[in-house]
Amino acid sequence: MSFLSFLISGISLGSIYAIIALGYTMVYGIAKMLNFAHGDVIMVGAYICFYAVGHFHLPPVVGVLAAMALCTVLGRVIERLAYKPLRSAPSLAVLITAIGVSYFLQNAALLLWTSNPKVFPNFFGREAVGPDGQAQLLTGVELFGGQLRISYVTLVTIVVCLVIMGALSLFISRSKLGKAMRACSEDKDAARLMGINVDTTISLTFAIGSGLAAVAGVLLCSAYPTLVPTTGSMPGIKAFTAAVFGGIGSIPGAFLGGLLLGVIEILSAAYISTQLSNAIVFAVLIVVLLVKPTGLLGKAIREKV
Amino acid sequence: MKRMKKTLALLLAAVLCLGALAACGDSGSSGATANTTSGGTDTGSAGGNPVFKLGGTGPLTGGAAIYGNAVYNAAQIAVEEINALDGVHFELKFEDDQHDAEKAVNAYNALKDWGMQVSISSVTSKPAEATSVEAYNDRVFSITPSASSTATTEGKDNVFQMCFIDPAQGTMAAQTIARLNLSNKVAVIWKNDDVYSAGIHETFLTEAAAQGIEVVSDTTFADGSDTDFSVQIADAQAKGAELVFLPMYYQPASLIFAQARAAGYAPVWFGVDGMDGILTLEGFDTSLAENVYLLTPFNAWGTDARNVSFVEKYQQRFGDVPNQFAADSYDCVYALKQALDAAGCTPDMSNADICSAMLAQFTSMTFDGLTGTGATWDGATGRVSKNPLVVVIRDGIYVAAD
Amino acid sequence: MEKLKNMNKTTRRNFLTYAFVIAAYIILQLWAGAGMKSSLRGMLVSICAYVVMAVSLNLTVGVLGELSLGHAGFMSVGAFTGVTAAVALQNAVASAPLRLAIAMVVGAIFAAIIGFLIGIPVLRLNGDYLAIVTLAFGEIIKTIFNNLYVGLDAKGFHISLLEDRTQLLEGGKLIIAGPMGIGGIQKIASFTGGAILVLLCLVVIFNLVNSRAGRAIMALRDNRIAAESVGISVTKYKMMAFVTSAAMAGAAGALFALNYSTIVANKFDFNTSILVLVFVVLGGLGNMFGSIVAAAALTILPEALRGSDKYRMLIYAVVLILVMLGTNSPRVRGFLEKLLPRRGGKKEGV
Repeated sequence: MSFLSFLISGISLGSIYAIIALGYTMVYGIAKMLNFAHGDVIMVGAYICFYAVGHFHLPPVVGVLAAMALCTVLGRVIERLAYKPLRSAPSLAVLITAIGVSYFLQNAALLLWTSNPKVFPNFFGREAVGPDGQAQLLTGVELFGGQLRISYVTLVTIVVCLVIMGALSLFISRSKLGKAMRACSEDKDAARLMGINVDTTISLTFAIGSGLAAVAGVLLCSAYPTLVPTTGSMPGIKAFTAAVFGGIGSIPGAFLGGLLLGVIEILSAAYISTQLSNAIVFAVLIVVLLVKPTGLLGKAIREKV
Repeated sequence: MKRMKKTLALLLAAVLCLGALAACGDSGSSGATANTTSGGTDTGSAGGNPVFKLGGTGPLTGGAAIYGNAVYNAAQIAVEEINALDGVHFELKFEDDQHDAEKAVNAYNALKDWGMQVSISSVTSKPAEATSVEAYNDRVFSITPSASSTATTEGKDNVFQMCFIDPAQGTMAAQTIARLNLSNKVAVIWKNDDVYSAGIHETFLTEAAAQGIEVVSDTTFADGSDTDFSVQIADAQAKGAELVFLPMYYQPASLIFAQARAAGYAPVWFGVDGMDGILTLEGFDTSLAENVYLLTPFNAWGTDARNVSFVEKYQQRFGDVPNQFAADSYDCVYALKQALDAAGCTPDMSNADICSAMLAQFTSMTFDGLTGTGATWDGATGRVSKNPLVVVIRDGIYVAAD
Repeated sequence: MEKLKNMNKTTRRNFLTYAFVIAAYIILQLWAGAGMKSSLRGMLVSICAYVVMAVSLNLTVGVLGELSLGHAGFMSVGAFTGVTAAVALQNAVASAPLRLAIAMVVGAIFAAIIGFLIGIPVLRLNGDYLAIVTLAFGEIIKTIFNNLYVGLDAKGFHISLLEDRTQLLEGGKLIIAGPMGIGGIQKIASFTGGAILVLLCLVVIFNLVNSRAGRAIMALRDNRIAAESVGISVTKYKMMAFVTSAAMAGAAGALFALNYSTIVANKFDFNTSILVLVFVVLGGLGNMFGSIVAAAALTILPEALRGSDKYRMLIYAVVLILVMLGTNSPRVRGFLEKLLPRRGGKKEGV
């Protein structure tokens, strides 16, 4: 039973990585850039939701929508000011700019919202009467007479992940804009010749990615509720790892990679060593990439001579 | 075109470099000075009061920014109060070190260029170890509010501490658990890439063995894995630990409390001074911290007049309840004032002279502050000796535990 | 002078780079003796260490063409082994500069060994996958040093992982204390030592790049398949560049660590790797002179901004973004080019 409960913890953690990784992989797949500021957009999204709900007393749904809307705008602004001028520059230059944006967002958040941690409210609970007769907030479902417990946040995160994954896959494979995105990802110049506005398409990708980041931020902070200006950076790196693990650019790959990363992290902490669990996660990643150099679900790129 | 681009890139870099160098030259003249009430800064004396240049470093940005900001905020309050009193006045300058030894030395050097005469050292342990060596070489008298590792003061006669050292906290925690008869089956969860946590953990294990306390579960976490504690909680729970010792800061502890409740695990929690501040987290459900024991030098709900006035001022100005970092910092500034007044130091004295006068004071005086009355210092080690407070959280405030 | 003009372009550029480093060293050394601010003097050694980090990473990223996100890992290896050597030899070798040199050599050797071991799996990968594996190795090295205990007593070295089981004899000394890193380091690093290391690294890199091996490495970067088809061994030359780069980072690590009284494994994390990468990209890929200038400028910049108080790191971020835009965006560049010849006309704008 303890194995199952660790597995569930792993899946909860993994589902958070997965939802962040979806945003990473989407931007990477289409714009071909590692957006290191993604983790920080997540942090901004979480703060917006925190203030919308905590200080302006809006209902949680409105808070999430506000966070999505504002993050989408933020994503557009960042893209317009910092990434768009570098469309023709080498990809490393864009990577460094993204790091600059990441520093900027973190330090702006520090000035705006101070370094004092905020505790994020739990939206996913229901009032119930506890065994002692007092009202308490139930935050999860219990199975097997309380031996196993799955929190509502985990369930919601997995459902949201699946919905986003499905919607993104459909959007990219079916819609006209999605097709344009794939075309840009394949060959920018050819896409341009076919009459696709490459600039707009990439900007749109960023907007969608940032909107997703807001959702990820809310879910991240619902599951692990302390919110500080550096909240997004470590999960951001882990999610980036997850995206590569699953095959960067592949949307189901990001989901799978995220889940596996979380599960490996928890299981290695549980059964090998809590001190070395981080190292073990990365060691597994290395082994997987050596066996399958393009990640679990990544497309092998055939080299043409 | 390519050539043009390269030239331009280099030119930009060179301009940046020159600009940086030039700015470096005069960075001493501006900066984070918080000299608000004493007015005169140039002559070293305002209205007949001697004004000393007081410096300090701490993380104001980055992941550890909460601690640095608490210290800086409280130091500002203390300086403002002191500058309205008779006796010595201070001009405060506090530099950001991002919780990094390298940046801390840079920050220290910037303060040195500014002409720092006495120092509240650095906020966190590793930076403080690095800057205290510099302070020792330059004979700048320093007292740190919160850098609690033994290496901070070791071998440096002019570096003192306002906080308890980590090993002492580990020992005191084990002794308190035994004395209050809380439990003799305990678990420890600690942060294994953190000097503070590791230092307390080490002596806790030794003293627990001596006190006949059985440590049944000993698990860790690190920087990248500080969100999910299900494994650590499950291990403690499975091994039947009735008390969980948490030598860590309150931020991860708040997550542990929430996750343990969700897992239906309700042991006795025991924290050290890093736990102080947990009740001030914005949005925190304080019922989670109900019945948490902690060793802390400071009680923000204390009824002592000075205590109340400090907490009020802090809340008014910075919007939150001060924690022990803030209180220790406030005390540091007052302790420096007391010693400077008693020694009759004047700002025109050399740093070495001020330092030896201060050494004589600190090894002989007793100091009453927010974090304990009758505090004395051991001249050989620079460590403070005062009574630790053991409190337990009831209904969202601290209550004395014994 | 006549000779300088007749040299070929690369040789002249290399020569000028050496001259720049030597001139900078002499000027700074003289200035340091005559009233230089402590804040700048305190940074001289770390600037040297960062310059070496930057030029060595430039060898991997710029010359070999592989993105590495774990370069700080090698710095960490060099720092910990180098300091351990320096502590162990404290009594045996009296001269501090000699001890520094030995520490840097030891750091370089260990980093080279680790670089070789990591290189075996890593260099089989390409592009972003290679980048993420180097990131992974950097994190693994950090975790290991956070859990490593090394002690020295009359019987020699005692090493243990996870917890302190070194059981040192009387008079023994725990050098690396797990999460507490190394404390009480004698600060024997000097600016002269750092400048010599920078020059040595430049000599190695320029000679490597201009040799047959260097041309093979660049051929791999430009077109691996074409290079392979003319019989260039991918593994051998990639490994050569990677190990050289790791060794230099190791030496830089030792120099860096010996400039501070304390060092912890967390210092050499992902952020430090990224910082060094920023130096390289800002200075220009393959451009060693650029790396030197960028590393120095970006190390000084946050210190120079101390006057701006709480906006310091915000300004730093903005400057970073603007410089990247300024050097890489055609529009911004065009704007600057228009601006530069007539400096008075700044306000007119576009």
